[in-house]
Amino acid sequence: MSMGKALPHDSSPLQVTGEARYVDDVPLPEGALHLAFGLSTCAHGEIVSVDLSAVRAAEGVVRVYAAEDFAEMPDCSPSTHDEPLLAVGTVHHVGQQVFLVVADSHLAARKAARLGKIVYRELPALLTVEEALAANSRFEAGPIVWAKGDAAAAIAAAPHRIEADLEVGGQEHFYLEGQIAAALPQEGGDMVILSSTQHPTEIQHKVAHALHLPMANVRVEMRRMGGGFGGKESQGNALAIACAIAARDTGKPCKMRYDRDDDMMITGKRHDLKIRYRVGFDDAGRIKGIEFLHLMRCGWAQDLSLAVADRAMLHSDNCYHLPDIRIESHRLKTNTQSATAYRGFGGPQGMIGIERVMDHIAFAVKKDPVEVRRANFYRGVAPTGAGTGRRIGGAYSPHPEQFAAQTTPFHMPVEDFIGDVMVAELEKRSDYAGRKAAIAEWNRASPILKRGIALTPVKFGISFTLTWLNQAGALVHVYQDGSIHLNHGGTEMGQGLNQKVAQVAASVFGVDTSVVKITATDTAKVPNTSATAASSGSDMNGMAAQQACEIIRGRMAEYLATKHQARAETVMFEGGRVRVAGADYAFAEVALMTYQARISLSSTGFYATPKIVWDRIKGEGRPFLYFAYGAAVTEVVIDTLTGENRILRVDILHDTGTSLNPALDIGQIEGAYVQGAGWLTTEELVWDGRGRLLTHAPSTYKIPACSDRPRIFNVDLWDQPNREDTVGKSKAVGEPPFMLGISAFLALSDAVAACGDGSVYPALDAPATAERVLMAVRRQHV
Amino acid sequence: MEVAFLLNGTPVQVSGPPTRTLLDYLRDIKGLKGTKEGCNEGDCGACTVMVTDADGARALNACILFVGQLEGKAVRTVEGLTGPKGEAHPVQEAMVAHHGSQCGFCTPGFVVSMAVGHLNGAKDHDDVLAGNLCRCTGYAPIIRAAVAVEADAVPEWMGADAFILAQLSSGVRGQTAPGAFRPANGDELAEWYLANPDGVLIAGATDVGLWVTKQLRELAPVAFLNGVKELQGVERVGDTLRIGAGVTITDLMAAVKGMHPSFAELLRRYASVQVRNAATIGGNIANGSPIGDGPPALIALGARLHLRRGSERREMALEDFFVEYRKQDRQRGEFVEGVTIPASAPALRCYKISKRFDQDISAVCGCFNVTVAGGVVTAARIAFGGMAGIPKRAAGVEAALVGREWSMATMEAAIPAFATDFQPLTDMRASAEYRLLAAQNLLRRYFHDLAGVAVNVLEVQS
Repeated sequence: MSMGKALPHDSSPLQVTGEARYVDDVPLPEGALHLAFGLSTCAHGEIVSVDLSAVRAAEGVVRVYAAEDFAEMPDCSPSTHDEPLLAVGTVHHVGQQVFLVVADSHLAARKAARLGKIVYRELPALLTVEEALAANSRFEAGPIVWAKGDAAAAIAAAPHRIEADLEVGGQEHFYLEGQIAAALPQEGGDMVILSSTQHPTEIQHKVAHALHLPMANVRVEMRRMGGGFGGKESQGNALAIACAIAARDTGKPCKMRYDRDDDMMITGKRHDLKIRYRVGFDDAGRIKGIEFLHLMRCGWAQDLSLAVADRAMLHSDNCYHLPDIRIESHRLKTNTQSATAYRGFGGPQGMIGIERVMDHIAFAVKKDPVEVRRANFYRGVAPTGAGTGRRIGGAYSPHPEQFAAQTTPFHMPVEDFIGDVMVAELEKRSDYAGRKAAIAEWNRASPILKRGIALTPVKFGISFTLTWLNQAGALVHVYQDGSIHLNHGGTEMGQGLNQKVAQVAASVFGVDTSVVKITATDTAKVPNTSATAASSGSDMNGMAAQQACEIIRGRMAEYLATKHQARAETVMFEGGRVRVAGADYAFAEVALMTYQARISLSSTGFYATPKIVWDRIKGEGRPFLYFAYGAAVTEVVIDTLTGENRILRVDILHDTGTSLNPALDIGQIEGAYVQGAGWLTTEELVWDGRGRLLTHAPSTYKIPACSDRPRIFNVDLWDQPNREDTVGKSKAVGEPPFMLGISAFLALSDAVAACGDGSVYPALDAPATAERVLMAVRRQHV
Repeated sequence: MEVAFLLNGTPVQVSGPPTRTLLDYLRDIKGLKGTKEGCNEGDCGACTVMVTDADGARALNACILFVGQLEGKAVRTVEGLTGPKGEAHPVQEAMVAHHGSQCGFCTPGFVVSMAVGHLNGAKDHDDVLAGNLCRCTGYAPIIRAAVAVEADAVPEWMGADAFILAQLSSGVRGQTAPGAFRPANGDELAEWYLANPDGVLIAGATDVGLWVTKQLRELAPVAFLNGVKELQGVERVGDTLRIGAGVTITDLMAAVKGMHPSFAELLRRYASVQVRNAATIGGNIANGSPIGDGPPALIALGARLHLRRGSERREMALEDFFVEYRKQDRQRGEFVEGVTIPASAPALRCYKISKRFDQDISAVCGCFNVTVAGGVVTAARIAFGGMAGIPKRAAGVEAALVGREWSMATMEAAIPAFATDFQPLTDMRASAEYRLLAAQNLLRRYFHDLAGVAVNVLEVQS
């Protein structure tokens, strides 16, 4: 059984030798051309004139496109028709594509793209959420409001009240491989696209639309990405479309990759936002009523912002039962890059709000924040029977009334809550209480340096909130030599999806994983795929592949059962052997026999996530099949003279159900934690007053480096089966552990609080750079 | 320009523009696609290669390394780490076994950095890998892999470059074409620069590289300085240390480690291994950047700068070289020959504040060197980077200290002088307000630091 084994990433032997191919490594036919965009330098303005004569005259330039060269401007938007490939008449942000250069080399294209002379008549630019709110510049007619109970009345009746703001910065994906696509023109006007994308079907759809071709005439291939993190869900569309158009017009293969600075100037990032919270609570810190206001900065185009902002609302409760709550979310349109999907997809932005509230309440009632969290947890699903865990409806089940699940702010029953037991276990494993006391003592003896500690839990909803996306397909072939070829709709961006799916397939056939070959994701193999996003990759594609494999295995079993006068269910596939009625075959022998018996050894598989229904406007339904849980304790130290800070130790307990591959899951958790902590500490995006992003390269935008990782970094898996019927009873792991990084942010808050007398809440904003930490320390001394 | 070097053990002769980057040469001309372009500015390490010369093997960023700098050296890419019979390097095996690669795009760069560290017996993995960014793993499995191979023998083939280079020591010298010059000594350089005062001097190319890869400038004529022996040495002269302009930050760090540990620690946080292996102290000074980390420490040490123009030489206090933003007291055709610092300065402390500890540019760099005798301040040299358009002394603060009792009260009395010494800017690294506050607090830190109070978050363990 290869499911559950801690096997290495299937590509790793190729990656460590440099053999693994990314789009830019694929040799293109002779005469390939290279593309670059000329970019807007104006945040909002009318294009008065465009002089591209120097661009056209530049060395190596083959062709130049401006808006006027298109009768109908191709659109790049994944959601609505609002992202022209090239700006038409008006530019909406610094970095928007204005013209397109096709040249004989990447360098020639880049050089020529700097030579455009464009005159703008500047229009007022909306850069902040306040400016956009004042101008009523937004997506959708007004704010989305979800309510449960009567928050205002409950707050008014509560013994204590707090009202405060939290600013949360955005985040650049900083995938190591920048955006890239290539287009290879085919006979009859067909097009083959290579794209570093999480969403090959979207690329196919957008390219077909731009070329006025049926989708069947466009094939998209994606072997692997050098990182995605949500940044390649929609942001690769422009490159693929540009390459396809240039390839069609020149008849040559065309490739486009953004230089890093261009990539950061053009593409969207995580949504930054302002959160206002008003909360009423009792002496124990139990929340009576709460109101959240989300001001999401969405940038110039809609992209995926509505769903991102929805998911922020959907995670405003995190692990806490909030009976009276109102959430108001504004999706504000600004003259900045169009914010997009980023690991967690709004979830982190919603979750940090309620975690901040917990911390703030604990400060107000002078209790340990973990106590306050515990007082507010959803009712847990305690194990109820000997050995069976969370069995519901069996002999050992609790009385139904005792068990009535509490509901989320969007009225979904929380039937699988384990946050309480996981937190209790993590407190024990990390010695939270003992270390908290030791830190307080250390701080008393340390005038300049102060330490802090925080424990935060995670509950993250798994499924796409756009219900129809919850489907996946697979295509499996067993060859007559017993080797297995598999394709599925998911994309490999480092997470080890192919390895997990291969382990699922190998388990069905009872063979070693090395027998299963998964090749590039290809729209011609599996159609109509969803983006590999929402942590859904292995849940959905694993199930689809499992079904396809089971169909083929069923045919093999039927054949052998008939041959051996046995029942099909008695045919055992195990250890590379197939056994039936005393006969013992190698798997390859059975493949050959089945083939010679003229039985198909190829099948598709399909999966549609069950149980989910969702009305996003009302905020009602069951948008998620299940929740994934986790908890982290982070210990930090700050310098009260400079605000410099470091993470010292992290302890994590994370729920991946019954893990399909513990090594890959732990890799996701460690990586997600560091990325989440980076979001809230060193990763600061800075725009100037004219809307120019100043942090557009790794020299100025600082993702965590090697020495920023916690020196003590204990990661354990909860290792209990998913109560829902998922592949191997596993749970999704891509996004949920990202939010464990919130514990780093609140540990910094705890260290800042250690500088004062308990009268001033630190009220840190994110990212907690050295500067923000120092300013917060100074507020303690007034 | 013809350049001859070894590439994965095979001699290559390269002609073409001298400022073509090694990365472009590898990927576009040689089809060696293992070396990746992540940022094209030396900040991510995805393009890391191993370069060997008489001084040993070093990791360098291929994206800002010009082919013209490689004359007579040996380059080994990720493809060249595998043995002649396809044997995996221990680092490669460990990275697979410890799950050190996820998306894999940074992996070749990591593997090369780790292999160089392994070859050189380095165990300070955080420093070895500070110049390699990974967005997937959180680094933990990579460090596990690095630790796991510490005791493994260096594969035989990894020593081949040094061996072959020694055989070729007489050296195939590439020809010098118009537009590119490789002086063999200081006199040749002085003569050439006098004749070509608008030429570009290239030592490590960690800044000039970006003129090409980011500003897309054509550079001509250029002179590659790494053959100029007079610029390379560090020499003890009495109670001073004379450091050649061409000394790399790596070599400078080693040279000052014993005598100026705080300066060495500042240099440890100067960019990354790959950049320190290329960047020279002369370039760091001549560049005139207000945020370079070398000058504040050197000024605090009382460094003397040596300049040469043709056959004329002069020297000055380093702080006098910096006139105003990006304007130095340097004549046309004049170049930095070296810098002299005292061999002893026990009270020197260098503090760097940046968003990220490793491989970041200072928001504020404060260097303090105060002499106290009999409880009274007798001399003070305090210099800052990031606080003005130039690396600059805190003259007012110094004056407020000298002659006063060495006490916290004296520090506090000197604090207001910062605001007259400096009017810093707000930029993407920090606000003006923060810079001023942090600079003031660094004086407080200095006092506590000398008193033995814990002030360094990097020294705290959980």
